[in-house]
Amino acid sequence: MILLDRVTKTYGRDAAPALERVSLHVEPKEFVIIVGASGAGKSTLLKLLTREEKPTGGKIIVGGIDYDKLKDKEIPLLRRKIGVVFQDFKLLPNKSVFENVAFALEMVGMTNHEINHTVPRVLDIVGLKGKEKRMPAELSGGERQRVAIARAIVRQPKILIADEPTGNLDPKHAWDVVRVLEKINRFGTTVLLTTHNQDIVNRLKRRVITIKDGQIVSDRASAEYKS
Amino acid sequence: MSKWERLKRWLMTMRRIIRGGCINFVRNSWLSVAAMAVMTITLTIVLFSVIANATFTNTIQQITSKIDISVYLKDSVNPDETTQLLTQLKQLPNVQGVTYISKDQALTNYKKQNATNLDLLLAISETDNPLPATVQIKPKDPDKINDIKVFLDKPNITALQSDPTSYSGDRKAAVDKITHATAFMRKAGLISVLVFAVISMLIIFNTIQMAIFNRRDELTIMRLLGASTSYIRGPFIVETLLYGIFSAVISIVLLNSLFVLSSSTLQASSLGLLDINYANQYFGEHFWLFLTLQLVIGILIGTASSIFATQRYLKFKTTK
Repeated sequence: MILLDRVTKTYGRDAAPALERVSLHVEPKEFVIIVGASGAGKSTLLKLLTREEKPTGGKIIVGGIDYDKLKDKEIPLLRRKIGVVFQDFKLLPNKSVFENVAFALEMVGMTNHEINHTVPRVLDIVGLKGKEKRMPAELSGGERQRVAIARAIVRQPKILIADEPTGNLDPKHAWDVVRVLEKINRFGTTVLLTTHNQDIVNRLKRRVITIKDGQIVSDRASAEYKS
Repeated sequence: MSKWERLKRWLMTMRRIIRGGCINFVRNSWLSVAAMAVMTITLTIVLFSVIANATFTNTIQQITSKIDISVYLKDSVNPDETTQLLTQLKQLPNVQGVTYISKDQALTNYKKQNATNLDLLLAISETDNPLPATVQIKPKDPDKINDIKVFLDKPNITALQSDPTSYSGDRKAAVDKITHATAFMRKAGLISVLVFAVISMLIIFNTIQMAIFNRRDELTIMRLLGASTSYIRGPFIVETLLYGIFSAVISIVLLNSLFVLSSSTLQASSLGLLDINYANQYFGEHFWLFLTLQLVIGILIGTASSIFATQRYLKFKTTK
């Protein structure tokens, strides 16, 4: 599903590489946790997958799409196939909770009937029923996070990338979020999750990839993983 | 997908774009008001300068229309020669009209003009009619009055004249000064309209740039979610379109009420340089043209600037 072959990313000419010769293979329907300290290169990795950044070297193939051959106008189509939960939510400030989630469907031309049917269901899954009309500014950090998740999953993407989705949440809500991710994974979506939360890593018992200084230093099943 | 389904989908997308633009317009009310205020003011200034220029041109027209050349004929000139001269004059390219005033007519006019000056009337009645027959020439373009003068200075024509024409000596200098000044003012008026127009375009452009800069996050977020360029840009264009329409209408209404409410104050404050009644009439006559122009300018500049301003936030990273 996701294939990285010796991918390197350097910002600026003289800077040390943010990622260096990273190779990675993620199977369809897999649930992968990526851990690593701040600045280790996790976010760069995710930005490369959404084609927010272009790799300096190496090859990336996601869902059969070779990024080297990707034209600019095909980038939106690629992004529609990948659901992303951003660390800083990236909600549209002028749109309500409902409209934020609906936007992901409107832009691909889904009918109002389908939207009115799908959005409330997804908002229910993330526990935001009854808050459809709130604006992002009126929500708590955790609620915003869940809107972001609802928006990422509403199109039922083949791949879901979640960048620190539990970072701003108390333990109870953090687990709610993780459960949502597990549920989506069970429905067949490949999930890539970055987190700092050791508790989540230990209890999820999934494949864990550790990145340090731009390189993968370990890649093993959760059972083998020790902090 | 059938043709009908594609059309239906296109219509749905358009409806969403227009609706989105309208909602943004209302939700960003402060930004909308600020942008529209700037656009209204600049559009009003441009329109005002256009009207002021037209009024000014009209005043200049009135001044220059008073410029003419009088040719004084010798008493010995016979009617045939007079007719020939008039015909020749009428054929000159810069001559608009020629009026012949006979000796008798000249005397009558003189008496009429000096009806209150008994001494002059007395003096003139004591001799034979001393006034010459006169040909008054009205030039088409006072700037090129010299063309006529050149013709009148030909030896066979001067032979017919009792005195130098009115366009000579001090009078010539005065007329030349007036024509030069008015020509300069015409140019200055036109240039100032153009300068105002360019400045206001830049101001409007800048305002839209700032408005969109304020909301660049929205653009980049939509980009990250995979929305197409037109779907992201559409609502912003609709929004600026609304700015343009509202600003144009407000600007016209503003100027109209200015004329209605304070034409007398304006007349007094313009020191007679501007004929406000003419300005009012000019505005009234061209009302629909002005409204259309304002709308077109507002919409065009608004749309162009929003397309340009959104461009940079919609670009994909190309650096490796």
